Amino acid sequence: MLDSDDFAAIRLTFELATVTTLLLLLLGTPLAWWLARTRSRWRGPVEAIVALPLVLPPTVLGFYLLITMGPDGPIGHLTQSLGLGFLPFTFPGLVVASFLYSLPFVVQPIQNAFEAMGERPLEMAATLRASPLDAFFTVALPLAKPGFLTAAILGFAHTVGEFGVVLMMGGNIPGVTRVVSVQIYSRVEAMEYTQAHWLAGGMVLFSFLVLLALQTFRRNRRRP
Amino acid sequence: MTIEARFSLSWPGFSLEVDLQCPGKGVTALFGRSGSGKTTLLRTIAGLEKATPGKLVINGETWQDDGIFLPTHRRPLGYVFQEASLFPHLSVRGNLNYGRRRVGHADHAHFETMIQLLDIGNLLERHPERLSGGERQRVAIARALLTQPKILLMDEPLASLDQERKNEVLPYIEQLHNALKIPVIYVSHSPDEVARLADHLVVLEKGRVLGSGPLTTTLARLDLPIRLYEDAGVVLEAVVAARDRQWHLARVDFPGGVLWTRDKGHPIGHAVRVRILARDISLSREPIFGTSIINALSTRIIELGDDAHPALCLVRLDAGGTPLLARLTRRSAVALGLASGDEVWAQIKAVALIA
Repeated sequence: MLDSDDFAAIRLTFELATVTTLLLLLLGTPLAWWLARTRSRWRGPVEAIVALPLVLPPTVLGFYLLITMGPDGPIGHLTQSLGLGFLPFTFPGLVVASFLYSLPFVVQPIQNAFEAMGERPLEMAATLRASPLDAFFTVALPLAKPGFLTAAILGFAHTVGEFGVVLMMGGNIPGVTRVVSVQIYSRVEAMEYTQAHWLAGGMVLFSFLVLLALQTFRRNRRRP
Repeated sequence: MTIEARFSLSWPGFSLEVDLQCPGKGVTALFGRSGSGKTTLLRTIAGLEKATPGKLVINGETWQDDGIFLPTHRRPLGYVFQEASLFPHLSVRGNLNYGRRRVGHADHAHFETMIQLLDIGNLLERHPERLSGGERQRVAIARALLTQPKILLMDEPLASLDQERKNEVLPYIEQLHNALKIPVIYVSHSPDEVARLADHLVVLEKGRVLGSGPLTTTLARLDLPIRLYEDAGVVLEAVVAARDRQWHLARVDFPGGVLWTRDKGHPIGHAVRVRILARDISLSREPIFGTSIINALSTRIIELGDDAHPALCLVRLDAGGTPLLARLTRRSAVALGLASGDEVWAQIKAVALIA
């Protein structure tokens, strides 16, 4: 069965996924809003950058994060001068890495939802005296709710499921950066297949349930 | 009390060049075919499109000028979109309250009046997707009016409805005409709606104003009806003067004479609008007897003009100060030797009582 190390890894994983998802929703929403509505020529490049984690091997992303955030990297210099120390091999470092890695899974559904509603609801709100900010909170956000739900589920699940970026950035420090996927790797390396089974099976079940919930939710949306 | 609008706007493949003066009360129809720029003009008035240079003064209030551009949410206007755009996440009541709460004090009596005027009291707790197209549009109109706007802008509010629903909503819009003290700008490509609702007519084509003036005189202009084709004709303001109960006919009087029409139940003394299409008028030198046509007026020819087809011409007539339009073949016009100033009889085959 699972021991305290395993439970520490599980707790850490859910903490990481929760913090990352909240940050993604908070910062990904303005980005999605901008992408959905801008006519700027920067839209294409920015969209491509947001989507990069979909195709890049996680080790590539992790490698560059490690370099830029390390003692010789620009972000490393910055965090050092701010008195924050270095981010690699810390929980905040994992959050930053997970944030970038899961970004497209959160930005894209929200952006799609904003695009699908079109200009009309916002124009309506304007003719009814709502300022742009007012219309954003009272019209755009409620109408994009399904997109937000999808984004939150996908962002959370994807963060739970990451491995490569975490391993590159966070290493394998129990209780600090050792998440479930890394714990499974360690168990297998140590030939502890029983624990590996429990953790791996748990991940399969968790992922299945999340996807099932998402499908059910989408079907209910289509047939109200 | 005027609306002054001057806009210049250019997009790839389309430009709007407009310099307009419209009355600051009553219904002004922006009429034209699709692509003529009527919706763009309406959106520019609402501030949803930015035309520079531009100037917009509504009854003394400047909404746009050099260095001035009020954003849409600061303009005291009501806007009704073509497809009933209600907020799907709010109930009918939530929709009605949305604008109402944002203009400050929510006047309960005004709320009740608008609900009654548009007859939506029994829909308040429903959700937009549970409403018919006509009901949705009535809610949208009420929602716009509840912000106590200084002008109401309507973008083909009936265009997305089938004929039955149109007939359901039109009477409500006609009522507004009498109940509202604010000007209404009504975009339409339907000559029927224009004839029923408008007081002032602005004809647009390719982003330019072809003509602008009071409905009755603008419709009778020879240079504009060409664009109306089969719908060329005039609208008269008349009063119900007598009713023949045996034959279900009503006599309406207008300065140029009297007309008999199907009795639609209006009481004597009621002001009505009568529409006569150019194709329903034929001309003769002498009064004709032994005909089934019951309406004939003595008129004088003002001028003859071209029609869309070379075989046809349009004749503008004066019936005691009221203009009429008749469509004839050119051959008939020549055979009768018609010229301006001639006295002729106009036989009117159909008289439609429209309001």
